[in-house]
Amino acid sequence: MSAAVSTQKAGRIELDDIAIHLPGKVRFEAVRNITTTIAGGEFVSIIGPSGCGKSTLLNAVAGYLQPSNGRLRVDGEAVSGPGPDRGMVFQHHSLLPWRTALDNVAFGLKMSGVGRRERRERAEEFLQLVGLRGFSDRYPAQLSGGMQQRVEIARVLINNPRVVLMDEPFGALDAQTRERMQQLLLGIWGRLRPTVLFVTHDIDEALVLSDRVLVMTHRPGRIREEIVVDLPRPRPEDISVSPEFIALKKRCLALVQDEVRQSLVGGLEVARIELPVEA
Amino acid sequence: MSASALALSPAAASATAPAAPEIPRGGFLAGWWAGLRLDRIALRVLALILCVAFWQAAAVHHLDLGIVTFRFVPAPTEVAAAAWGLFQSPKLFAHVTNSLIRVFAGFGVAALLGIALGLVIGRSRWLEDTLLPPLEVMRPIPGVAWIPLAILMFPSSELSMIFITFMGALFPVLLNTIHGVEAIDRRLIASSRSLGAGRWSVFAEVVLPGALPSVVTGLAIGMGTSWFCLVTAEMIAGQYGIGYYTWESYTLQNYADIVVGMLFIGAFGMASSGLIKLLGRLLMPWYRIQERHA
Repeated sequence: MSAAVSTQKAGRIELDDIAIHLPGKVRFEAVRNITTTIAGGEFVSIIGPSGCGKSTLLNAVAGYLQPSNGRLRVDGEAVSGPGPDRGMVFQHHSLLPWRTALDNVAFGLKMSGVGRRERRERAEEFLQLVGLRGFSDRYPAQLSGGMQQRVEIARVLINNPRVVLMDEPFGALDAQTRERMQQLLLGIWGRLRPTVLFVTHDIDEALVLSDRVLVMTHRPGRIREEIVVDLPRPRPEDISVSPEFIALKKRCLALVQDEVRQSLVGGLEVARIELPVEA
Repeated sequence: MSASALALSPAAASATAPAAPEIPRGGFLAGWWAGLRLDRIALRVLALILCVAFWQAAAVHHLDLGIVTFRFVPAPTEVAAAAWGLFQSPKLFAHVTNSLIRVFAGFGVAALLGIALGLVIGRSRWLEDTLLPPLEVMRPIPGVAWIPLAILMFPSSELSMIFITFMGALFPVLLNTIHGVEAIDRRLIASSRSLGAGRWSVFAEVVLPGALPSVVTGLAIGMGTSWFCLVTAEMIAGQYGIGYYTWESYTLQNYADIVVGMLFIGAFGMASSGLIKLLGRLLMPWYRIQERHA
């Protein structure tokens, strides 16, 4: 890829003292004092107790939410709303049920005015990239959960995003499918190298995939610790039984469990936060 | 939840996940005849035959059940004779075409207005607050109550009649459209905006197709209620229309003819509702697939 050097740099996310308040019965602070920088092309996971604001933070980077404090910039530009440069993958697919897999993947190109023929050709390529050659004409309801997420990923990647935001994308899949999807994602990430910000409940998943793991505190979520995952890439399939991996996992587990304990002591309701999207 | 329960295993993760399967919107009947086996069709036909046979026996023997009596009810054979008479009448064509025009004109306007209003009301809280209250007040008013005003408001009796069939169809279309728009999964809108869709594209690519199953349901019901109002509408009519024929038969005490008129309306109403559903299925091949996999 000739643009390898520039894509390496693109997708830098700067979070500077971010706080986000969410509306509810009582307006509450979901995250506070978030300051970190994610380099272009980096793979970063966010873990933490339920309701700690992981998804909220992701939604702010996507542009669905405005921070109530601080500055949020991607490649130096303030985020002002959702856009195709920051693709979003949810836990449950959000494919258009009335479009075939191919047309779903081609959707972003249609929005940017690419002609029908060209966008279909490119959508075929991206379906092939996620291993779904021959499934072009299927509707989402005719695909398995893993396939739906593959289409979702292809649909985001076709826009050549600088940043891919993933909110527990494999959380609803069975263990084997989940592992295959992780390998698939790593393969694609290695080739296209977007910045990935990945929210998960699964410490193993975070460690297998990421360069760095952000452990968040209980609500209001702050960054408790940043753990650098200095495991070699490409990572072998049995990486999760290596002593280095297990050491990292113990550290993460201790941190998360401590936060869960504190959130229970604090009597805070461990609730999922709905996505307040302007519709 | 204890600390150890937060074993971040896939099982635990999926247990805490908000189970939100795609629920097909609207109560669209996915083609009741689609995939019916021959024995079930035979059973349905048999049930119809048994109903008519009961009716015949009850009418011939002047069945009296105390609170309901069949003494004056014409038997199916008499109704068949009356129907034969109507079929041979030179007026039949005028009756049918006049009624079809009135129903389809009223329904057509109701469909256009109901869908348009439903889409904007479903998308805008302000329009919902301003437009819906007056419409809600008008909704329970039956067609027959509109007759005097309809006559006063419109220059011709033809338009008055179309107005009444229009009122019959409007609310099912409107309310189902609003429901369809409001039931759209907001994540679909969110993710299409992340894929570069602007305001208009969100509307054309997500809101419109997303509301369509509900809209089709509303149209099918509205088609039925439009026929439902036909007799009321054609009370105003001078000489033609199936509703007029039925009403005239009542004033002339031709009981068999009344039943013929009723059956005509029933048959036409059912057929045109079926037509709407068929069009809906052709328009939304994805919807049946989704139903089947739900």
